Amino acid sequence: MTETQTTPSTMQVPPPPVVRAALGATVPVAKEAPPITIELRDVSAFYGKKLAVSGVSMSIRAHSVTALIGPSGCGKSTLIRTINRMHEFAPGARVEGSIIVDGVNIYGPGIDPARVRQRIGMVFQKPNPFPTMSIADNVAAGLRFMGIRSKSELRDRVESALKRAALWDEVKNDLKKPGIAISGGQQQRLCIARAIAVEPDIVLMDEPCSALDPIATLKIEDLMRELARDYTIVTVTHNMQQAARVSDQTAFMLMDPGDLAGHLVEYGPTSDIFTNPKDSRTEDYISGRFG
Amino acid sequence: MTSPGNSAILQQTAALYRRRRLVDRLMTGVMVVAVIVAVVPLFFILFYLLKEGIPGLSLDLFTQEPNRPGKEGGGVHNALVGSGIMVGLALLIGVPIAVGTGIFLSEYGQNRAGSFIRFFIEVMAGIPSITIGLFVYSLIVANQSGLLPVMGHFTAFAGALALAILLVPIVARITEEMLLLVPRSLREASYALGAPRWRTVLRIVLPTALPGIITGIMLGLSRIAGEAAALLFTALGNQFFSTDINAPMDSIPRRIYVYALGPYDYWHEQAWAMSLILVATILIISLVVRALFGSRVTVRS
Repeated sequence: MTETQTTPSTMQVPPPPVVRAALGATVPVAKEAPPITIELRDVSAFYGKKLAVSGVSMSIRAHSVTALIGPSGCGKSTLIRTINRMHEFAPGARVEGSIIVDGVNIYGPGIDPARVRQRIGMVFQKPNPFPTMSIADNVAAGLRFMGIRSKSELRDRVESALKRAALWDEVKNDLKKPGIAISGGQQQRLCIARAIAVEPDIVLMDEPCSALDPIATLKIEDLMRELARDYTIVTVTHNMQQAARVSDQTAFMLMDPGDLAGHLVEYGPTSDIFTNPKDSRTEDYISGRFG
Repeated sequence: MTSPGNSAILQQTAALYRRRRLVDRLMTGVMVVAVIVAVVPLFFILFYLLKEGIPGLSLDLFTQEPNRPGKEGGGVHNALVGSGIMVGLALLIGVPIAVGTGIFLSEYGQNRAGSFIRFFIEVMAGIPSITIGLFVYSLIVANQSGLLPVMGHFTAFAGALALAILLVPIVARITEEMLLLVPRSLREASYALGAPRWRTVLRIVLPTALPGIITGIMLGLSRIAGEAAALLFTALGNQFFSTDINAPMDSIPRRIYVYALGPYDYWHEQAWAMSLILVATILIISLVVRALFGSRVTVRS
């Protein structure tokens, strides 16, 4: 692979940022501050007594896109929800193991889940703008939760978030319109803008394109590549081509027929997973033999 | 490909189709009759109300106090104002309690304690208003302890309290249902932004459910505005104009009750006029509230 500039919309697998930097690409990698990584250590997730994800350990690289793939029911959505402590909202849900973000175990004692979620944003499967709020208020919602009241600051940060979410040009004259008055793809980008307005370190995306048409999907994928410059992105996807297009690392998960829980089968650079999988189950899935 | 077996099947399907169409028409007919049976009495009531009520309407009715019995003319100014005060006070007392209960049930009541309270509220909604009146009578009116200045005699406050007790279960149940209708995805979006639970409820869930909650409050309002039984031995009634909540107060439903059973024709006429005013007022309030908040109902996806 000799290209220096990756175009996310092509089928080609983009090399990880480090490689791209070595190849002279303009992707900024790790300035002075050490990049924040997510370290999952033996993470298991339960719904009541039922084990849904079993013993996942993996480290997620900063400022890159990591994709979780696997067939339905393999626990990938559950796993991504453990990273910002959203999992525990399901009745009876709990998590074992630890997740280290920026050197801190987010499941450690005295950790406020709400603070964790302020630093780890999330975009959901179905676009879910707040229906009672305007476009601008939707983006400002998280900032208001943080206690920011200054109108000029809110306005500036709303504009900057909408620009980074590639939505500003389409809505700049309709900021007062309800957040649900725009198209599905625009709503999803609005949700991305809402998530990044609070300046999180990490953005989790749980199948962000599954409710969108192909063109809107492409826009979101471009955006994910773009956002990976500033944020660590973890995404769940059903769509293997999408994982190949947008991600630097790919984790393949599978439900174990024995304990009926999701396990991490293989994790590595996306190019390796798709061209040279080590596990035969990964190969079967990638080549479309099941799933 | 047509074979003898195939055409037999076709014939069978045709027969089946005819039967289905017949049953379909029959059932539609039954439902149309049900609708007519339900709606016709409603139209009769409205028609009668207009026919009997309009002749009794006059400016005096709104501005004058009742004459001594038997002397024609006069108005029901005191009853109109009294109803307004007591219903308003009941809303003031009841709505915060009811909405608070509804929020508790939907957000924190998905457990055993919640089920118990839910059952209790359902039972409360079924208590006859006369029983609630009697309860407030013994609690406030007949209470000689002097603990509160409103105790020990018939007061408008006691009437408002009885109405509030009637209001709470209605509004609490509707509030809970409306909050539960708010999609989970909106709560999750708010949590994912780092909002704590109480903020999510106040800033996201409650505003989204607001149109429905207001509809519930309107329903409760129309229920208590026409309530006579709960006021009979709490607010008692008053021949004169009074805005003192520590004294007996008149109300429209109670005055309708007295006038309708009274011996004078002009009383009957005024009773009809009051009924018309009551229905029209509730209708107007509903329309105004819908105009104010209704646009947001349609926004909800």
